Amino acid sequence: MLATDTQTAAAPHAAHGKRVKMKATEVEVYYSEKRALNKINLDVREHEVTALIGPSGCGKSTFLRTMNRMNDVIDGCRMAGKILLDQQDIYDPNIDVVQLRARVGMVFQKPNPFPKSIYDNVAYGPRIHGLVRSREETDAVVQKSLERAGLWKEVKDRLHEGGTSLSGGQQQRLCIARAIAVDPEVILMDEPCSALDPIATAKIEELIDELRTNYTIVIVTHSMQQAARVSQRTAFFHLGDLVEVGDTAQIFTNPNDERTQGYITGRFG
Amino acid sequence: MTDIVERPQGVASRGAALGVHATEEAQKRLKRRYASEWRFRAYGLTAILISITALAVLLWSIVGQGYTAFTATTMSLTVTVDPALADPGGKRAQDDLRTGDFQGIARAGLRSVFPDVKERSDLRALYTILSNGASDAIRDRVLDNPALIGQQITVRIPVASDYDMYAKGFAAKTPKGGESRLSPKQIAWFETLKADGKIHSSFNIWFLTSGDSRQPELAGVGGAIIGSLLTLAITLAIAFPLGVMAAVYLEEFAPKNRWTDLIEVNINNLAAVPSIVFGLLGLAVFLNVFGLPRSAPVVGGVVLALMSLPIIIIASRASLRAVPPSIRQAALGLGASRVQVVTHHVLPLAMPGILTGTILSMAHALGETAPLLMIGMVAFIVDIPSGATQAATVLPVQIYLWADSPERGFVEKTSAAIMVLLAFLLAMNAIAIFLRKKFERKW
Repeated sequence: MLATDTQTAAAPHAAHGKRVKMKATEVEVYYSEKRALNKINLDVREHEVTALIGPSGCGKSTFLRTMNRMNDVIDGCRMAGKILLDQQDIYDPNIDVVQLRARVGMVFQKPNPFPKSIYDNVAYGPRIHGLVRSREETDAVVQKSLERAGLWKEVKDRLHEGGTSLSGGQQQRLCIARAIAVDPEVILMDEPCSALDPIATAKIEELIDELRTNYTIVIVTHSMQQAARVSQRTAFFHLGDLVEVGDTAQIFTNPNDERTQGYITGRFG
Repeated sequence: MTDIVERPQGVASRGAALGVHATEEAQKRLKRRYASEWRFRAYGLTAILISITALAVLLWSIVGQGYTAFTATTMSLTVTVDPALADPGGKRAQDDLRTGDFQGIARAGLRSVFPDVKERSDLRALYTILSNGASDAIRDRVLDNPALIGQQITVRIPVASDYDMYAKGFAAKTPKGGESRLSPKQIAWFETLKADGKIHSSFNIWFLTSGDSRQPELAGVGGAIIGSLLTLAITLAIAFPLGVMAAVYLEEFAPKNRWTDLIEVNINNLAAVPSIVFGLLGLAVFLNVFGLPRSAPVVGGVVLALMSLPIIIIASRASLRAVPPSIRQAALGLGASRVQVVTHHVLPLAMPGILTGTILSMAHALGETAPLLMIGMVAFIVDIPSGATQAATVLPVQIYLWADSPERGFVEKTSAAIMVLLAFLLAMNAIAIFLRKKFERKW
């Protein structure tokens, strides 16, 4: 049942030799004294969707958040190891975290539009980064981002209504539009569909597949079917360890590790 | 085999389970539950009824005593502005006119109404109807237009408080034993004036615009209102920015460690410090060390600001904490700096709550008396203050002063001043509710 899904999604893009966009080496994360991640090594390749799967509390969201330093704001959170974005260590003291988050955008588990208009939601990022100078430029960026997020047709007549008045699925696509409006290179998605119904989920998944041509995507998901449908590479986390990483088709059909096998067949997790 | 054996047991136990809720016992239990629920609601309702009754009695007694202060009894008096009394020097200079004997003019006018009254003691009794405001009213007219000297003019003047009270029905018309404030003769004269249509009752604008006075009929809350506004303006100007910035720092930027815990505990303690302690602090520090002026709104404002600060900080922190973290994450994830997250998102969203807390703390400060007594705002001040460094009093202190006065006329003034204070408090609370409703957001 899983095998058919993975083959269709993964096969055409499984080709190796793709450029590595982000590279994590020996990444460890501590919350106070508790170690949440043990020496993670993971490559994220350009224009691919990398799925992070694993049971709850395995550290996949923590790892995702280290990739644009969202853990920085958590008290008592400490990190060791290196994460490179285009050969550059993002934890280097010379790196500006504001600039980094413009390059590595994020979409959260629960749709979290600002309580402002749809227009202002999308325009906020470009405005604070000074990417737009005039009203016309802003209009263009807003339209382009909403079009890419597949939301333009639905909201073009009510851009100035509140972003929170949209349905859950639309809100999440608005959040994606908001993230791509600042023209990031990598988009991190933390269980973007967990609060959505199956139809809205299908739309987001379709969108993720389209976005892959322009962006590099890392997605945390609890749904193995979703990982199989949208991703080209899959990494399986368990108790703070990266157990196995490989092409999605291989992970789901022929995992090397017993724990992976157990998880994808539903024996635990 | 085992299946067959087990099944009847399962059915039996399910039947028993049904039975537990269908027996008479169960009905009784249900009844008891509803009865206790009903009792609980009845307690709540009783509590509300008691509070409403208490409030109604309070309002009734205040309004019942105070509403008459909003009307004033005045008298039309026709006087001849005698040049010999108004301006004995004859130079018509403003300074000379100011010292003219306008009381003599008013008395002469009154004598002309009652030509039969000749005896000195009777005349003295007759003159008691004239308030000090009478000579002031005539003087003001003449100062405005010195050409009136030598002419006959009619002025509307307030009657003395005893007569005002009599006109409002607070003094018995026929005194029964004991000493009455007014003699039968005085009452007769007053009734004569009334019959002549010279006594009027009109809205007492004087009460809202004038300063304090020893004469109840001339006393007003105008000075106290201006004093309160000046004091509150200073309180707000100091406490709001300090309180909000402190709350923002503690909530959004400060690390959570022993020091911030200590600060938090101390802020909570400060909110519970009795207000008179802040007054003593003001006296010791602002008056004695810094030598700021006594009785001045500037000192009162600073003292009340210190008192309001912890309340504003606590309210602001609560409303900052109520902004969902997902909003902060969304902004951070887009590459907003922490200051941008706060100024663009968190503060605007928390503002209604912060404003509500601030207005409520201002209302609290408006009603505060004790600390202001310590810094000398309890003085008897007739002039309406024109600046924050001038001597002033505030509404609650004015109420305190009047409540202490023995004259009958101040009883209604006290209640009326309470009504004015309550009106301000209600208005401020209404603004707080309006702001909360207007900017309330749903996530």
